Amino acid sequence: MKDNLYKYILGIADNSLILGQRMGELCGHGPSLETDIACANISLDLFGQVRSYYQYASKIAGDGRTEDDIAMLRKEREYVNVLLVEQPNIDFAYIMARQFLFDVYHFMFLTELQKSKDLTLAAIASKSIKEVSYHQRFSSDWIKRLGDGTDESHQKMQNAIDDLWTYTEELFHQTEADKEMVKQEIGVDVKKLKENYYKKVNDVLEEATLNIPESKYFQKGGKQGIHTEHLGYLLSDLQYMQRTYPNMEW
Amino acid sequence: MIEHADIDTELLPILDQVSDPEIPVLTILDMGVVRYAKLVDDEVKIKLTPTYSGCPAMDVISDDVKAAFEKAGYKVSIDLVLSPAWTTDWISEEGRDALEKYGIAPPLEADADKDALLGNKRIVKCTNCGSQNTKLVSQFGSTACKALFQCEDCQEPFDYFKCLK
Repeated sequence: MKDNLYKYILGIADNSLILGQRMGELCGHGPSLETDIACANISLDLFGQVRSYYQYASKIAGDGRTEDDIAMLRKEREYVNVLLVEQPNIDFAYIMARQFLFDVYHFMFLTELQKSKDLTLAAIASKSIKEVSYHQRFSSDWIKRLGDGTDESHQKMQNAIDDLWTYTEELFHQTEADKEMVKQEIGVDVKKLKENYYKKVNDVLEEATLNIPESKYFQKGGKQGIHTEHLGYLLSDLQYMQRTYPNMEW
Repeated sequence: MIEHADIDTELLPILDQVSDPEIPVLTILDMGVVRYAKLVDDEVKIKLTPTYSGCPAMDVISDDVKAAFEKAGYKVSIDLVLSPAWTTDWISEEGRDALEKYGIAPPLEADADKDALLGNKRIVKCTNCGSQNTKLVSQFGSTACKALFQCEDCQEPFDYFKCLK
């Protein structure tokens, strides 16, 4: 039970850590001052949420590892984030498409997690969902603005949605730990979110005059620790200080 | 005095000395982040609630509270509590006035806030000239809790404290 709960917490937290790192990469590199600040803000929210999750995971593990150890000192195969969030910052359309495809899921997920029988997870969810509602508003706006913008912005957003679509279905896969947690009414049954997710996503894409991809081929593996080649590079950035100067403190 | 919190009256003056490092005109009592402060045996027990999860000011506030009580000769322990989650409703009237004088428009009610942040309605009042002819520049501002606005009359750019409910 403890082991499953630990795994379950990481399954939630790693998504936010890795997406937070991707958004953090934009700090000082955003396309405009306002979007730069917005992306860094979103990153900060995600990191804040991650701290609460890892602090809890560290308590559950009870083996002396701190929140920082869990965030910084695992190997690539031990991260269980979905493939979507580790995809690189190719251009602003990709960044917003990735954010949007995750935000819609994230908001629905947290809505349900608030009802968890695990009171700590329910509390983190209630806190986080307020922040995530801002993220979702921001990324949905950009989908519409670029999709329904110029020919060029439309094409770029369409390309991004087409490329990232293949990573969406993994959001609704369940690991053994997930299933066990659902049974105990601690976890969220993500399968039940799927229909609503695609409905919501499709509504926004339609409003943005974008085509809904028809491909039925979906990538998965992140939840089992099998990642795309991009995660290794991301982790070498994220973990650099701890690997170079072990045990250093800020 | 503060409905959502349980605080010993004798500890109020010490808590009142601690302000938000990002918004120095606002004390932590005005912000509503102090949920509990009581002298138990010979130790002061404090519970703080974070505004935004990632707000870097929270660590500083914790340290400042600790320092303030130690200076006053108390032993102190501080816990962060997440539930119930902080809301902008807990900012006191004094706090809202202080925000506005400082140049940050205080949060509107939830529905109005949504209209303001979607750019549907011009309702956020300019902190410089009081005009409501203001426009949203960005939903995200210099800190996690703020959005960026500009007044179309006096042209002043200013922050708006986002409603969090």
